[in-house]
Amino acid sequence: MLELRNITRHQGEDVLLDDISLSMQRGELNILLGPTLSGKTSLMRIMAGLDKPDSGELLFDGVSVLGMAVQKRNVAMVYQQFINYPSLTVFENIASPLRVARVETSQINRQVAEVAELLQMTQVLDRTPDTLSGGQQQRVALARALVKKADLVLLDEPLANLDYKLREELRAELPALFAAMGAVLVYATTEPTEALVLGGDTVCLHEGRVEQFAPTLDLYRTPASLRSAKIFSDPPLNSAKVECVAGELAFANSQQKLGINIEQIPDGNYTLAVRPHHLGRERDGLDDIEVKGSVSVTELTGSETFVHFSMEDNSWVALLRDVQNFAVANTVVFYVQPQHLFLFDSDDALVEWQSTGKS
Amino acid sequence: MSIQKAQNNKAWFMVLPVLILVAISAIIPLMTVVNYSVQDTFGNNEFFWVGTEWFQEILSSERFHNALLRTLLFSGLILAIEIPLGILIALAMPKRGWGASVCLVLMALPLLIPWNVVGTIWQVFGRVDIGLLGHGLASLGIDYNYTQNNLDAWLTLILMDVWHWTSLVVLLCYSGLVSIPEVYYQAARIDGATRWAVFRFIQLPKIKRVLLIAVLLRFMDSFMIYTEPFVVTGGGPGNITTFLSIDLVQMAVGQFDLGPAAAMSLIYFLIILLVCWVFYTVMTSYDNDEPTSGGGPQ
Repeated sequence: MLELRNITRHQGEDVLLDDISLSMQRGELNILLGPTLSGKTSLMRIMAGLDKPDSGELLFDGVSVLGMAVQKRNVAMVYQQFINYPSLTVFENIASPLRVARVETSQINRQVAEVAELLQMTQVLDRTPDTLSGGQQQRVALARALVKKADLVLLDEPLANLDYKLREELRAELPALFAAMGAVLVYATTEPTEALVLGGDTVCLHEGRVEQFAPTLDLYRTPASLRSAKIFSDPPLNSAKVECVAGELAFANSQQKLGINIEQIPDGNYTLAVRPHHLGRERDGLDDIEVKGSVSVTELTGSETFVHFSMEDNSWVALLRDVQNFAVANTVVFYVQPQHLFLFDSDDALVEWQSTGKS
Repeated sequence: MSIQKAQNNKAWFMVLPVLILVAISAIIPLMTVVNYSVQDTFGNNEFFWVGTEWFQEILSSERFHNALLRTLLFSGLILAIEIPLGILIALAMPKRGWGASVCLVLMALPLLIPWNVVGTIWQVFGRVDIGLLGHGLASLGIDYNYTQNNLDAWLTLILMDVWHWTSLVVLLCYSGLVSIPEVYYQAARIDGATRWAVFRFIQLPKIKRVLLIAVLLRFMDSFMIYTEPFVVTGGGPGNITTFLSIDLVQMAVGQFDLGPAAAMSLIYFLIILLVCWVFYTVMTSYDNDEPTSGGGPQ
């Protein structure tokens, strides 16, 4: 088990990590999710022992490892760039951690063969990394991490530099590969989709602070704060300022009522948020809420349509299935089911609420 | 058909300037030398065909053998000192910050000095009567005199070349080193690689290409060295520092033996070509052979 207690790190004036406390179990996948510069890599460097925190404690299986040199800790790390020994063959690359550990030759041969089989690298064992494709190069790096049988495996956006198809392929394999290792597994990514595919637990990072640490699905369904919801939403979360007066919600700008009654929340200012793909063109239920706006641009991808529209001075996006076209400046109406609406209070914390039907 | 023809003519027209330049700067002079090397002249612009006689004479002359050996030894020593020293200095140089800029400027300084000025500097620097080095050594009781002692003459020339040209190796290696992403070093630390393993398995493979260029440049340059030894020692004492180039000039300009000098130039040229080809082949084939013999970072 890896435990971080009140880890803080500064670089000059900048706070890289601010009072981070986490505990991560062996055999489980822990995802660090956050935009660039949110502190994912800084945190990983501290976990690996490459950097020392300014304050705080780092425990592995209950023992402090802060004073321990990187080489002494049993850590493996895979990077966004494909890092291999350029002049060594794939075989020697995979064998390198074992050679450092002075494992017997016969055992090295066996273990490398095993891992190569697992990662489908058997055909390319005697080639050098620069003759391989990007995906294969990253497989070599992953194989090095696997063969090391490390206690802590750190994957820093390992799929970010791969093309779409290879990424999908490796992403599907990765959890199974590392699950069997019994190591503490940490995976950094900027993409919410990646976190969802991988599962496990997710740490939402924002400007060096932990916004939320929860099982990935829970975090997706009930983000504790507006920030978590924003970090865990791609395309970006739609939000609008609303006011609640006597159980009735209205947009703060125009006092336009949303047409929904809610219970149990005090009057005041709130932020309403909804994920783009929860906006639909059809009314599914009687208590669906209507959202109106004027189209500013329509983006088409192969199978989806992003409709950007302005609603009460907020720019919102709706993600619709299929290719649909909307004329610019036309008024569009979208519907959203009440259970897909998030409400955050003035401190940006999630508010539990229930609809009591239409007003 | 006619359109195609017009295009072809235009293409020839475009490469013509380059062809003329190469012809004037390389092909015509080289052919003139070839022309001299197979003929003899007694003045009056009369030439007689002698075939390969000059080549045979040069190849069997002891004077040529000695000069060749001296030149090879000089180049060998220069490479053996400047390449490792250059790599070491490049490794020790700071990678960023103001220190890096200062180091780069300092390193570039010797390269900016013209060859004959370098020769003159060292000629004066080493003089026993007024030179800082010569006089200093003499007052320390060390018997140093590059105009009389063979070993001192060689030491002075080698020291001068190391001072002048190690920077080139440093700058080339440094450019290779700074292009290695920081994560490689991180990954090596996590792997528990030693300082030597980092050099052997990360830094050396990454700077191999620029190192090849450094070796070729330093070999060619030191093998052709003329100005500096001419200014400092003039080929002496005796003829202990008479390298091929100095010998060649003595033969061509001093004795005006144009035929043998032309033959020697061609042999000289072919030796440089051959050695460069050997270096290049060995260092690039290492690329393909090495993996099977690599032992991993231990």
